[in-house]
Amino acid sequence: MDQSTPSDQQMTGPGLALTSKLVKIVGVLASLLLTFIGLTAITFVIGRVMPADPVLAIVGDRASQEVYDQVFLQLGLDKPVYIQYFKYIGQLLQGDLGISIMTAQPVADDIRRFFPATLELATIATLLGIFVGIPMGVLAAVHKGRWPDHIIRVIGLIGYSAPIFWLGMIALLVFYAKLDWVAGPGRLDVYYDGIVEPVTGVLMIDAAMVGEWEIFHNALSHLILPASILGTFALAYISRMTRSFMLDQLSQEYILTARVKGMPEWKVIWGHAFRNVLVQLITIIGLTYASLLEGSVLTETVFSWPGIGMYITNSLFNNDMNAVLGGTIVVGFCFVGINLLSDLLYRLVDPRVR
Amino acid sequence: MASELSLRDWLLAEIPLSKSQARCQRIFISWLAFKHNPVAVIGLSIIVSLVAIAALAPWITASDGLELHLSERLIAPGSEHWFGTDGLGRDIFDRIIWGSRITLYIVALVSIIVVPIGLLVGTVSGYIGGWVDTVLMRLTDIFLAFPRLILAMALVAALGPGLENAVLAIALTTWSPFARIARAEALTIRNSEFILAAQVQGVSTAGILVRHVTPLCMSSVIVRLTLDMAGIILTAAGLGFLGLGAQPPTPEWGAMISLGRQYLIDQWWVPTVPGIAILVVSLGFNLLGDGLRDVFDPKSGH
Repeated sequence: MDQSTPSDQQMTGPGLALTSKLVKIVGVLASLLLTFIGLTAITFVIGRVMPADPVLAIVGDRASQEVYDQVFLQLGLDKPVYIQYFKYIGQLLQGDLGISIMTAQPVADDIRRFFPATLELATIATLLGIFVGIPMGVLAAVHKGRWPDHIIRVIGLIGYSAPIFWLGMIALLVFYAKLDWVAGPGRLDVYYDGIVEPVTGVLMIDAAMVGEWEIFHNALSHLILPASILGTFALAYISRMTRSFMLDQLSQEYILTARVKGMPEWKVIWGHAFRNVLVQLITIIGLTYASLLEGSVLTETVFSWPGIGMYITNSLFNNDMNAVLGGTIVVGFCFVGINLLSDLLYRLVDPRVR
Repeated sequence: MASELSLRDWLLAEIPLSKSQARCQRIFISWLAFKHNPVAVIGLSIIVSLVAIAALAPWITASDGLELHLSERLIAPGSEHWFGTDGLGRDIFDRIIWGSRITLYIVALVSIIVVPIGLLVGTVSGYIGGWVDTVLMRLTDIFLAFPRLILAMALVAALGPGLENAVLAIALTTWSPFARIARAEALTIRNSEFILAAQVQGVSTAGILVRHVTPLCMSSVIVRLTLDMAGIILTAAGLGFLGLGAQPPTPEWGAMISLGRQYLIDQWWVPTVPGIAILVVSLGFNLLGDGLRDVFDPKSGH
């Protein structure tokens, strides 16, 4: 992601390899720390500095004077702003995101309940994007300029350009209301609710663990449509990047050498070119996964999917500031974390970066 | 005919005689490359149509799209109402047309905020270098790492829903790539001879940044802006859909989909038509952006 700085280039001697590795790790950690400080600073400003009365934003206007005073002291509003910020960071580090007005529970507990649903949705959507998008991208690159390429390009462009919430509504209309192929909004039909003990929070895994296959199928039937809709963006992005990486590889000289040697074309494509593309795709997949975790907000609203996006949206309309900011921080940390992880993985796998 | 020929000659002359001729030539040559790219031309025509429709709205529409006609609720598309009417009897065609102005307003407002900030941070960072560069780029990276929609939602939660606040929130998470681009451009030219010549002549740093560095960043910035525009429009529509952007009765397309949601099963056209409008416009920007990139930056090639 970062352009190489002059200091990276100077440290190429064998004796300096270890030092340069160490410097890089420290650099990555430092930039991670800075990003987290930046993220918390922004949520702090949004939650504590921007509202005219931050206490009111947290407790709501029906709270008693005692509760008000208590929260006032808890936030340290009688102290200077930087002390308030340190206090805020201290609470965050202890996993304390405050109490939600809407549910009267700690925000951290709420998020623990809502997050698995989002994770489930985003994971399946990303997997769809990977297993459909990558072959599509390879196909387009191999048939560059001919009809498979054009069709795949159009599909990708529509996936990029369509408003996801609208696509979801149309899909509900067609596949649920008209054709009745899949189950409707929500994660489960009402009469299946609460039968399976939430262990992981991911319904399909929980149901499979206790052998409730009927519930497993119902959960799958509910999941397939929102996951496909959320996955269209992943599919568009991954297939486009795969195509472009693949074209880049196919124009290299080692491919020409392999072809001249008489290697079968499928082996040239999958055995040589694609192996190099796969390494580059790690970063792209990480980026997609992170953006789907975030982007699921709109899909969750359309499909009444009880995930973190819906939690944030509902809290927003109930003026539940703690819940909104708690959700923002958790999603933001995941976003940054996944991007960093895919960056590190890329460095680990690609010998040129190592 | 003769004058057209000579105009073409003037535009393609090997040795331009004036600064303005050189400038026109550059635009003309780019245009020649551009017009052979059918996809880009389609994109451009969509955007030009959008601008034309927005400008001619009072003459195209029969109503202002806000008046209620409760006796004409939910009429199906037909010769009377091309796109039908919504739950309050308003003509959807008219609302789509007036909504194009809001889309352009969002696009323009975000560009006006994002480009100058990005250029300023990027050129200063790249040209001055040193610790200024380090600090500014760390700041840029922080903003680059943020999830856009969630942050926009949090910001709207604090500032209150509304079109302007939504635009501000989007701008806050959009400027950083422009700073990156401008920095990269500034880095490559800061040691070139014409910059040195300007320095020797005593041009101030601000002067060099504004008059020499910024113009060279513009083509990459425009390409990037066009490519980002679809995402900006989709985010704004998403905020409108959630009820956090433009507020009713404003005919913003995302908000129209949100209002039409309850009619999805029986009066499908109410939420469907605004969605198609969003799709077409963001498709237009994507096609145009792809085309512009091919013209200005053939290396990234397709």
